[in-house]
Amino acid sequence: MTSFVRDQWYVAAYSHEVGREAILGRTILDEPIALYRTEAGEAVALADRCVHRRFPLSESRLDGDNVVCGYHGFTYDKAGSCVFVPGQQRIPRTARVSSYPIVEQDSFVWVWIGDHAKADPARIPRAPWLDDPNYATVCGMEPLDARYSLLVDNLMDLSHETYLHGGYIGTPEVANTPMTTEVDDDAGIVFVSRHMDDADCPPFYSESTGIQGRITRWQDIEYHPPCLYLLHSRIAPQGVLPPSDGPDDRAFHVEVVYAITPSTEHSTYDFWAVARDFALADEGVSDFLRENNRTVVLQDVTALNILEKVVAAEPAGVQELSINIDTGGLAARRILRRLAEAPAEVTT
Amino acid sequence: MTTRMLPGPRVLRVEWVPGADRLRGTCFCGATHDAEDPIAMWEWLLDHRDSHGGCPVGSAPDVPIAPRREPVLA
Repeated sequence: MTSFVRDQWYVAAYSHEVGREAILGRTILDEPIALYRTEAGEAVALADRCVHRRFPLSESRLDGDNVVCGYHGFTYDKAGSCVFVPGQQRIPRTARVSSYPIVEQDSFVWVWIGDHAKADPARIPRAPWLDDPNYATVCGMEPLDARYSLLVDNLMDLSHETYLHGGYIGTPEVANTPMTTEVDDDAGIVFVSRHMDDADCPPFYSESTGIQGRITRWQDIEYHPPCLYLLHSRIAPQGVLPPSDGPDDRAFHVEVVYAITPSTEHSTYDFWAVARDFALADEGVSDFLRENNRTVVLQDVTALNILEKVVAAEPAGVQELSINIDTGGLAARRILRRLAEAPAEVTT
Repeated sequence: MTTRMLPGPRVLRVEWVPGADRLRGTCFCGATHDAEDPIAMWEWLLDHRDSHGGCPVGSAPDVPIAPRREPVLA
């Protein structure tokens, strides 16, 4: 049985990936999708298979706002209607490809997978920092050869930073600090809060903020199943807390955003972005954070690719052991299960 | 006890009790329960949420909601 959650918005690409030079092909929940822009700049998502002989439209070319199949020239407009077939005047009535509801927001291109009549853009969760001029953002996407639920498990329990990402973002305090978990089933949100009062500063933050010595480090996870994961990270010199009023300007804020988009049952697009509210114009800091966060993501990719092979080879129902650090991950799993069984139940 | 983070009226909360291995769950009705592992904790919270064990419903736990730097709830 599939574990996919349909009738949901998913990130298909960053806005900057979708253009006119080439048609971008992505497979989302097993549905091949071709993405491009019209001459007016509107993003378009069409089924990535020509209705004639299934040639990928992402391997084809644009003619104005239309896509011309690279195999026999079947031509589709931006709504997916066929407007030309080779060698004959009559266009068969069934000659069309599906078009997908599509929204650009917060530097992401979101597509709706499921019943198009249910696609409500107001339900797309927000990551406003990514195109906020008061933040500087670096981002990337790494393909993962693992089911998306393994990435959800990974991100919901950051104690793994201590062991998998030591020397980058992990320090002993991450695994050693108790956290608090909250769930709002009506809104479909899991929140996991881990506040470290007195922690080592890992290189990821000491190099980018310039803080010397120990820090107060807060990690507040806000997961909007199935696709969007936010990590509100607050870094400050040890003992510096937010003021009771006024801006929290003695702290450094980093908003780490992941979009977890299932591609197939055993592969996932791992979109990651790091937005900061300091050193906005410092390209050296941007380069450092881009390179280091990508390294961290690739450490996860390597581990999860290994884990996927293990899990895929095991019989169903193998017993796991869950401990306190898994409280948030278990909550996320439960909501995903519920959504897979009853799509679009979450009301916001 | 740390401040609440989610503002909704029906939030379930699990705290890792400082200095202990225990978890403490709080239903939105105010009832609390301790457990040794997260599976047992969620089972109790979900059962309680559905029945409230005879508790009056609608009295939010007496925990302040933390001010959010930037509200992003969908």
